[in-house]
Amino acid sequence: MASSVTSSKKAGLMAVKNKGWIKAHKWLLLRRLNQIFILSLFLMGPVFGIWLVKGNMSSSLILDTLSLTDPFVFIQSLLTGNVAEATALVGALIVFGFYALVGGRVYCSWVCPINIITDIADWFYRKLNSKSPVSLSKNNRYALLLAIFVVTVVSGSMVWELVNPVTMLQRELVFTMGFSWLVILAIFIVDAFISRRAWCGRFCPMGAFYGLLGRVSLIRVNALNKSACNDCMDCYVVCPEPQVIKPVLKKGDDLNPVILAGNCTNCGRCIDICSEDVFSLGMRSAKFIDVKNNND
Amino acid sequence: MNTPTDKTLQSRRRFLENISRVAGGATLYGIGLGLYSQQATSLPSQSLRPPGVVNESDFLSACVRCGLCVRDCPYDTLKLSRLGDAVALGTPYFDARKIPCEMCEDIPCVKACPTGALDPAMQNIDDARMGLAVLIDQESCIAFQGLRCEVCFNVCPLANKAISLNRTHNQRTGKHALIVPVIHSDACTGCGKCEHACILEEAAIKVLPARLAKGELGHHYRLGWKEKKKAGESLVTPDLPHKYNLPEGADYDYEGEGLIPAPGNNDSPFNKSAIDRLNEGLK
Repeated sequence: MASSVTSSKKAGLMAVKNKGWIKAHKWLLLRRLNQIFILSLFLMGPVFGIWLVKGNMSSSLILDTLSLTDPFVFIQSLLTGNVAEATALVGALIVFGFYALVGGRVYCSWVCPINIITDIADWFYRKLNSKSPVSLSKNNRYALLLAIFVVTVVSGSMVWELVNPVTMLQRELVFTMGFSWLVILAIFIVDAFISRRAWCGRFCPMGAFYGLLGRVSLIRVNALNKSACNDCMDCYVVCPEPQVIKPVLKKGDDLNPVILAGNCTNCGRCIDICSEDVFSLGMRSAKFIDVKNNND
Repeated sequence: MNTPTDKTLQSRRRFLENISRVAGGATLYGIGLGLYSQQATSLPSQSLRPPGVVNESDFLSACVRCGLCVRDCPYDTLKLSRLGDAVALGTPYFDARKIPCEMCEDIPCVKACPTGALDPAMQNIDDARMGLAVLIDQESCIAFQGLRCEVCFNVCPLANKAISLNRTHNQRTGKHALIVPVIHSDACTGCGKCEHACILEEAAIKVLPARLAKGELGHHYRLGWKEKKKAGESLVTPDLPHKYNLPEGADYDYEGEGLIPAPGNNDSPFNKSAIDRLNEGLK
């Protein structure tokens, strides 16, 4: 088995060879396009005067009719003891429902602009064959999330929004750039050289929040075709939350082949990188047996 | 009763370890966030909030930092605080000296707010209280030097209500008037047009947050003339008219003619004309 394991530097070579470069980067390209598309929707107004979308990802107004609000920001506002207008409540419920459908951390991998930065940082990490000098617990983010909720209640003020790099970056991209790029640079340096996947996987309480939502969300990545797995481990190298893959690649037909862990971001990199097409996107109820029947 | 196996003991220990780590971490983060928020939520006095903000802490807990008010501000008055600005991150504010609030009648910023951080109950822009104008430096305001200016009065959207002109005596020349602006807190919205228009290098009239601009009288004070008005009459023995100790028949008109000699009595020590009296010499 050891011989079939590729080094992290070479992850993906087999997929490119078997499927071609485009197919081996399909979901990655789609995600990047989507991230850029969403940012450009917000920028169309200030740059070209075409106001399809106003505001930013904390709360926005689409085509002057549909109002959307980020549920994480909204919950912080509720915790201060503030009773918001119905506009914000409805907007937050719509967004909440959407991510409950497509996967909580789809926000992280398909929308959040910081994801582009941390993915690049991780690419550096892999190419440099680095070893993180600092390793942090994945539960750290829940500690931070808990602290934010408690301090918000106690202080009656939205404390996290005073520092939140996620909302800060996209707000300053869409409005005017302040010093948020310095924070982004810091996140990049930490992720690339100090502690691998530290921001998105260890700190970001917004990711933790959407991860909790992901535990019940409908669309999930599965390994229905796990019999084709050749243990190359490429998916573990590129997956931003590799611990979520482990349970579904275990041998045994009786084990659930759907990634139920909330921290799976539905980014689809495992689908791209797998030369044997083990993974696919499907419903959380997807059953191993169905595929077998189909294959038979 | 079952004795716990090694495995359940181990997993229980691991569970407790994890819980205490998360709790410890949360405490540390909480302390950091709590301390930081104390500083980060203090608003610099030259930064004013948009119309419809009643109190800063309610505003901070309702504002989701979306910038929709900024987008809908037709005069680019409102800005969103960026990292490095002294205003709480991502919240809207304006600096009156740069671009004041134009007091749009339809109040687009308040309408744009999805959370009610800008109070939608405020229907009339004249009810906005973004701050309070204060003539902060009489030493440099040219009206107080005896020069005519009145620019702040003329640009005020509520001229004669929020700012009025008051004529007083020019003590320097002894013979001219000072025409000085006086601000009335019951009408001033804090739009900042006066501060923006002030002709000085550094404005002598500035809009400050009400908490800085207003004093507050001790609640135990009872102002006699107000109590009198409320009661409709004097609460103590009414004042007797002042009695002057004057020669028979003479009278004194305070704030008027002055000494009024008794009719037919012309033996005043003073002549009618000061020049005549001087010309009489020391007879």
